[in-house]
Amino acid sequence: MARAVTTKRKTLTTALAWAIGLLIFFPILWTILTSFKTEAQAIANPPIFLNFDWTLENYAIVQERSDYMRFLWNSVILAGGSTLLGIIIAVPAAWSMAFVPSKRTKDILLWMLSTKMLPAVGVLYPIYLLFIELGLLDSRAGLVIVLMLINLPIIVWMLYTYFREIPGEILEAARMDGATLKEELLYILTPMAIPGIASTVLLNFILAWNEAFWTLNLTAVDAAPLTAFIASYSSPEGLFFAKLSAASTMAIAPILILGWFSQKQLVRGLTFGAVK
Amino acid sequence: MKLKNALRAATALTLVAGAAQAETITIATVNNGDMIRMQGYTDDFTAKTGHEVEWVTLEENVLRQRVTTDISTNGGQFDIMTIGMYETPIWGANGWLVPLDDLSEEYDVDDILPAMRGGLSHDGTLYAAPFYGESSMVMYRTDLMEAAGLEMPEAPTWQFIREAAAAMDDPENDINGICLRGKAGWGEGGAFITVTGNSFGARWFDEDWNAQFDQPEWKNALEFYVNLMNDYGPEGYATNGFNENLSLFQQGKCGMWIDATVAASFVTNPEDSTVADSVGFALAPNSEGVEKRANWLWAWALAIPAGTQKEEAAKEFIEWATSKEYIELVAENEGWANVPPGARTSLYETPEYQEVPFAQMTLDSINAADPTDPTVDPVPYVGIQFVAIPEFAGIATEVSQEFSAVYAGQQTIDEALEKAQALTNDAMEAAGYR
Amino acid sequence: MATKASRSAARIMMAPAVVLLLGWMLIPLSLTVIFSFKKFLPLRGDRITDRGEGFGDFMWEYVRGFPTLDWVGFENFSRFVGSSSFWPSVWTTLVIVGGVLAITVVLGILLSLLLDQPMWGQGVVRILVIAPFFVMPTVSALVWKNMFMDPVNGLFAHLWRFFGAEPVAWLSEASMGSIVMIVSWQWLPFATLILLTAIQSLDSEQLEAAEMDGAGPLQRFGHIILPHLGRAITIVILIQTIFLLSIFAEIFVTTGGAFGTRTLTYLIFQRVLESQNVGLGSAGGVYAIILANIVAIFLMRIVGKNLDA
Repeated sequence: MARAVTTKRKTLTTALAWAIGLLIFFPILWTILTSFKTEAQAIANPPIFLNFDWTLENYAIVQERSDYMRFLWNSVILAGGSTLLGIIIAVPAAWSMAFVPSKRTKDILLWMLSTKMLPAVGVLYPIYLLFIELGLLDSRAGLVIVLMLINLPIIVWMLYTYFREIPGEILEAARMDGATLKEELLYILTPMAIPGIASTVLLNFILAWNEAFWTLNLTAVDAAPLTAFIASYSSPEGLFFAKLSAASTMAIAPILILGWFSQKQLVRGLTFGAVK
Repeated sequence: MKLKNALRAATALTLVAGAAQAETITIATVNNGDMIRMQGYTDDFTAKTGHEVEWVTLEENVLRQRVTTDISTNGGQFDIMTIGMYETPIWGANGWLVPLDDLSEEYDVDDILPAMRGGLSHDGTLYAAPFYGESSMVMYRTDLMEAAGLEMPEAPTWQFIREAAAAMDDPENDINGICLRGKAGWGEGGAFITVTGNSFGARWFDEDWNAQFDQPEWKNALEFYVNLMNDYGPEGYATNGFNENLSLFQQGKCGMWIDATVAASFVTNPEDSTVADSVGFALAPNSEGVEKRANWLWAWALAIPAGTQKEEAAKEFIEWATSKEYIELVAENEGWANVPPGARTSLYETPEYQEVPFAQMTLDSINAADPTDPTVDPVPYVGIQFVAIPEFAGIATEVSQEFSAVYAGQQTIDEALEKAQALTNDAMEAAGYR
Repeated sequence: MATKASRSAARIMMAPAVVLLLGWMLIPLSLTVIFSFKKFLPLRGDRITDRGEGFGDFMWEYVRGFPTLDWVGFENFSRFVGSSSFWPSVWTTLVIVGGVLAITVVLGILLSLLLDQPMWGQGVVRILVIAPFFVMPTVSALVWKNMFMDPVNGLFAHLWRFFGAEPVAWLSEASMGSIVMIVSWQWLPFATLILLTAIQSLDSEQLEAAEMDGAGPLQRFGHIILPHLGRAITIVILIQTIFLLSIFAEIFVTTGGAFGTRTLTYLIFQRVLESQNVGLGSAGGVYAIILANIVAIFLMRIVGKNLDA
């Protein structure tokens, strides 16, 4: 018997949840709204919520100053490339950890995570020098590699926890039927693992998209993504709330939309094995 | 990058030699209004020379971190870097910049204001060409001064400034008597408190590079500043820098503002400023009986890192961007009040520019600043609002953070000065001065 | 059961990931350690190789321990710890990490309990709640700093004035609280999502049985829900700690390390990039690695119990 839920109670929870949801979302909403105001309206007191003359002027100014599409394209390539590369390297590793565990599996996993704790700025000089010597400065390839390495531990871990939920008996059965390792991977595991891989891809795409230290310090023109785009809007002269909002909206909109459309997949994989 | 350079070199070779090659130069610059305006005129440069320009526009702190990393590791990411009067002599001395000693006749290098040329040179060689230069001065609301029955002298003292701030302060109408920088950072509040210190007879170091924050002059300066701002300054001034104050002044929320002379064109521009037609200007103040005034000297300048493959094209760009013709180009399109100021003598001799209300005061302020003799007592360094040694940016940022904590009411003046003294001496020791 | 063949196959499949991460860890780590014993002031002209010598020469100098730089022994280490900023920065780091963890876990549990209830438009509410997770740290710091916390034009200042209160200069007067708040806003969605998924996996029959036995909501929460969430909470703490130890953009944009918000990461940044003292900063990097490992060991003790990998 399901618990009976009174309409009254449902109304209350709905109201409360919506109120909190809107509160959490409000900074983003406010940024988006402000991006359509004039600079004077953006700082008006009392603040104007909706009844202003919507204008696209700020977007035009921002676009005139910097070629948005180029930054956007770089962001897509860097985030996409590093995620793809990371998945290719992480799937076999996570697979073997999940299905052929040894005593050291857990140690290796935790060690991988610990590599993420190295403070990035401490190694900026060495990495910069290495990049110069390898000719990788301001190249997408270099950034893709760095972003992949930064996120690889998370990718491995997520996939590992996901793979572990796949029952081993199925594999046993397949092996009995004479399936080779390759077939096992291709025809049995992969289809079962696709939801997990999908959410891993999404999370890492987001993390790579938002990474702002290496992407800013190792790029100039050719590989500069949206994090560099936003770095030129942080404190211009005079009133700038509306322009800042427009630039901010442009920087976060693609990932926000992607996140919203795929939130179901994302949520499913975000468990990190927390659910048993 | 190397592979790319090699490829570019190869393509360059296939072009007919002798003719001016069209190149693409990469320029790192700061997101100040004048620089953004310059980006808008890039087409004019391309039309004249055939060279294309890629802009990397960054906020000041990010820019500094980016170009410093690149130049000190010889990264070769940029063909032109926008740097200031602080970096130029240091980098020039290290041999990191291409000397600008063979600029063309028409460019007329002798036309650059002597103070700017001096500050952007090392051992008499120019290493960066000023795009615009500035000093600092008092900007005040003529209408509020009149209402208060006061008249701003040409060269006020701090004591008068305080009196005027008290008279104009009007919390009920949201008007602060005075707005000044308090934001941490050596180029923000650090610069301001350093020149304020100068005008109270203080200095950063004695002639043996010992920090001087334990001296009474510093305490006097800091006490005066803190009292002035607590009494008549805006809420939260501890986080206000140039941009924040500019915005406040443009909204009519400040009676006075002592800051960069370049701000004059922004506060008198009716499009952005609500008080455009009631702004007056005066020299930066000094404390009674102290000969040094609180005015600094700064230039944003264009420099070419040594080792770039495109030195010639970069030089052509610098000659274009800092030329008399560029000034005329901007004047023609945006009016004389909007041209980049403070770089060239001829600008101040142009009759049209002399009519601009802040022109003369800007020139006087620049001329009143002498980087080689910044303080009352002798010092071993060059620079007014900074000390031209590589370690200064780091030290002064930390010192200004201690001061900002005072402005926010988190520690006392004595505590801050004590910490400043200790950390400065420590850093100077680490760098081998003491 | 895993066969010998599959074991060696497993090793081969793990190899790329392990080798790459080992390289990614060891190369910067060893460089940091070498530099931390050196006087390396790039602005004073200290260089480790001359341009154009190529990668081979760089590696050769690296192998020889960069002889062009002077060896200074433990001077950088003692100087870094001896600075008056060191211990406060460790403290600040721990306060920020601890504060954000506490806020996100507690609010995350409450929020996930709420979102688990039947309601209209659950999907939309969930979208609203997770949105901050997609926002770049730089952007979120900029938006909070300027449009909300600005003491003159910020929305909070307007709100305070509306209620007749004096606007607060958030980032100077309540600097730590403000930064903890901004970072918590970014990470609350992550915590909520993981906790929500965990709650949804809870056997509802167990709850009903408890309810029938007369257990009140608090007892149900304390005896059934919370223990069930243990594992999820551990994961939230582990993952967030890894990211929180290295937060940078939020501080760089808002306070620049002033007003007691200088974390260890930020202090290293100041030494390396603002003071251009790579040796000193590298020594700081070594300390940061040690701190991270202490935290990691501490965490793994807890996680190890909860995480039967």
